[in-house]
Amino acid sequence: MSSQPAWVPRKRRGAEFFLTILAVAIGITAYCAVGLGTKGTIPAGVAKLAAALIVFAVVAHLVVRRVAPYADPVLLPLVICLNGLGLAMIYRLDLGRTQLDPDRAQFANSQLIWTVIGIVAFAVVLFVVRDHRRLQALTYTFGFAAIVLLMMPLLPFIGRTINGARIWINLGPFSFQPGEAAKICLAIFFAGYLVVKRDALALAGRRIAGIDLPRGRDLGPILAGWLVSVGILVFQRDLGSSLLFFGLFVVMLYVATERPGWLVVGGLLFAGGAWFGYLAFSHVQVRFEAWLDPFADPDRNGQIINGLFGLAHGGILGRGWGQGSPQLTPFSFSDFIAASMGEELGLTGLMAILLIYGLIVERGLRIALTCRDAFGKLLAAGLAFSFALQVFVVVGGVTRLIPLTGLTTPFMAQGGSSVVMNWAIIALLLRISDQTRRPAPEISTFDSDEETQVVKLT
Amino acid sequence: MNRPIRYLAVACLVMFVALLANINYVQFVQADSLNDKNGNKRVINEEFSRDRGAILVGDEPVAESVPSKDEFRFQRKYTDGRLYAPVTGYFSYIFGRGGLENSQNRVLSGSDNRLFVNRVVDLISNKKPKGGSVETTLNPLAQKVAASGLEALGEDTKGAVVAIDPSTGAILAMVSQPSYNPNVLASHDFSEVEDDWRRLTGDEDQPMLNRGTQQILPPGSTFKLVTAAAALENLDLDPDDMVKAGRTLSFPGISYELTNLDNGTCGGNRITFEKALMVSCNVSFGDLAGKVGQDDMTAQARKFGFGTDALSGLAANPSRFTAEGTDLEAPQLAQSGIGQFEVATTPLQMAMVAGAIANGGDVMRPHIVKTLRAPNLRVLDETEPERLSQAMSSSNAAQLTSMMVKTVNSGTATSARIPGIDVGGKTGTAQSTADRPPYAWFVSVAPADDPKVAVAVVVESSSTARSEIAGGRLSGPIARSVMEAVLGK
Repeated sequence: MSSQPAWVPRKRRGAEFFLTILAVAIGITAYCAVGLGTKGTIPAGVAKLAAALIVFAVVAHLVVRRVAPYADPVLLPLVICLNGLGLAMIYRLDLGRTQLDPDRAQFANSQLIWTVIGIVAFAVVLFVVRDHRRLQALTYTFGFAAIVLLMMPLLPFIGRTINGARIWINLGPFSFQPGEAAKICLAIFFAGYLVVKRDALALAGRRIAGIDLPRGRDLGPILAGWLVSVGILVFQRDLGSSLLFFGLFVVMLYVATERPGWLVVGGLLFAGGAWFGYLAFSHVQVRFEAWLDPFADPDRNGQIINGLFGLAHGGILGRGWGQGSPQLTPFSFSDFIAASMGEELGLTGLMAILLIYGLIVERGLRIALTCRDAFGKLLAAGLAFSFALQVFVVVGGVTRLIPLTGLTTPFMAQGGSSVVMNWAIIALLLRISDQTRRPAPEISTFDSDEETQVVKLT
Repeated sequence: MNRPIRYLAVACLVMFVALLANINYVQFVQADSLNDKNGNKRVINEEFSRDRGAILVGDEPVAESVPSKDEFRFQRKYTDGRLYAPVTGYFSYIFGRGGLENSQNRVLSGSDNRLFVNRVVDLISNKKPKGGSVETTLNPLAQKVAASGLEALGEDTKGAVVAIDPSTGAILAMVSQPSYNPNVLASHDFSEVEDDWRRLTGDEDQPMLNRGTQQILPPGSTFKLVTAAAALENLDLDPDDMVKAGRTLSFPGISYELTNLDNGTCGGNRITFEKALMVSCNVSFGDLAGKVGQDDMTAQARKFGFGTDALSGLAANPSRFTAEGTDLEAPQLAQSGIGQFEVATTPLQMAMVAGAIANGGDVMRPHIVKTLRAPNLRVLDETEPERLSQAMSSSNAAQLTSMMVKTVNSGTATSARIPGIDVGGKTGTAQSTADRPPYAWFVSVAPADDPKVAVAVVVESSSTARSEIAGGRLSGPIARSVMEAVLGK
């Protein structure tokens, strides 16, 4: 055993700091541009926003520097950039929507507060979870928590139905989507569960047409996951979350077992569930028809049509901050924020935003690849993939690539639970990445060991 | 577990590439067609607050944008709105656009690709973009004369006048009555606009229908020109040859008989072909249509432009000889030969027929846009005359033209006579249902030897008593005044 020179990864915290400042600058510039575009002046609240963004971005950076010094240096600036752009767009939509109707609710301030809470949550996760492998011990706790969180909107008194989907709960003055938190809990649960069971799920089975199909008795977990997803669809009328949770589970199952057969089984179950949903629920049919031909019923499909009009109006270079009319689209500040971005920043801007999302996913999967423990690998892969799937489903829905389903656009869409939980996801990814890239603890080697070596290895 | 993660990365890549490709499709490839959709408020808002180009007749704007003090900055104003509404169309915030306002929207709004350089210059010099102008082929005098002719028949008269230049296809007059006031639809008082729209669309008389191009009606005897052309081309007939006439045309084994107007005899059992047109003999042309046969009749009609919508820029419906797939029985073919049964045409089509005959058989593509100009008056596009088809040989066309001239000089169409000019024409009185008056048609062309104008007039219904209606009496004088206006008489 020759002693190799230990590879010590560079921390690159300086690069992270520089990129963070750049990302904050993008957000603040966007905010100023909104004011210039709508009123011709730099908005009065810019100092407040700039101060909050700079202080909390720097705090987030310092937290990473302190407790996760080897973490990936690109993730934090990427999400700060997205978050800043989202804040500017929500502020811009507040202005536009009040112009249409002075009584419309304003979201910019609360979104800024939620962003701050999100960064605090980010710091808390990094401080509390010093080693992600500890989470594995709490596998079933997280599984239980996920089920409780998923059930909460169905409870009387606190559960609320908004726009046909029963996915909200009331916490005092705030409403919260527990599904966002459930996503993280489920990812941890799946990772912990599959690490233990993967051998059983991977080894037994029979081979049909070149694909290893699992045994019938091993289908239990995937059927359970499928039933939970169908349950979400049936009881909460939430197509997007249903798709997201099932996709997350199937993919983690595939990664854990390395058997594409699970994808086949999952795909078939998904097709069955989708078919059932289409037949059973009129709103699924409406969404599907709106996707096939939105202009067949312009009144009913006004939202998707408006989103498309906005994108087309933006064209290649966009209208510019504050100079389009994204406020004409219903829910332009949440579900349709991608269309709002496309209208004001154009094809160019929207492609840049998608690339930022793509980079986040890429960094997440890279963390999964380099991670040394199975639990961390699975968790990082699951979180990164769920992030990708979520972006695909919501942006694809808004731009009519796939039928529209309600999911939030991570870091940009208005909504507290989404922002906070996505910050927590980034914290988890950074934690795993820190563990991965951290140099192995020094193990003192004794020269005398050489003499006791019985079998020469090299 | 690294292999599945790598595959996963590829799957994520595919998803993002799909998203990127799709937004390129929506925002780049599809953008223009989405922007052109009616009801696109973003585009309407933007266009409404733009200095939209003018629609010109002669040198005078009939539609222009004038500054307004409200949020839209400009108000669309139509001079003689009712008169030109069938051509200009409307420009409404709520209900979109019609007519040239719609078809030439790219140029008028300034978003046409040919105005790209202007837009870039405007962008650099920080000026708001301006739209280009559309110059029509209309002759303002002919338009006014045609409209006042229809108006003179009474307020509730429905009808249309279309005049074209047979040698180029340029539309010189296009009047439809009743009409509407596009100024009201362009108003920024949206409740007023909605009320007016509801009234206009609910009106039985369809004031927003362009009767010159959109409404197809049985052309009656004016269609005998097409039958005559088919007879000349297919039966090797001369104007002096004798054709069947008399009181009735009967068919073996069928009790139905085709008769003449007022049960006349056309002046004998055998008359010359020329005489048959001059007296508009139903029996003769019913018989000739039977001899030509359905296929050649259809082909002849098609050569004149039936079955196609050759006009670009305005909504138009193709005219027809028969409905789709009809196999005509002998009596039906005879009826079709005199412009009844399923024959239905637009006034524009009948003007094209008359014009093509005098134009040596050449059918020119009708057009309404003369030139498109940039805001700096640079010409963006100029419509070149284009031959659509050759409807008949020039010698046959000359023969038919002289038959039409005789019809005006000493036949049924004398009301179109203009002293000192050879005018060719044909009347028509088409039966519709029993409970409504017949359609009074008149088509004419002048001067016959060097055609400058071809006119088709149709009066659908009128307060004038039913018995008086005959193409010559109601529609003839209107056609004459339009021809005089164009020829400067």
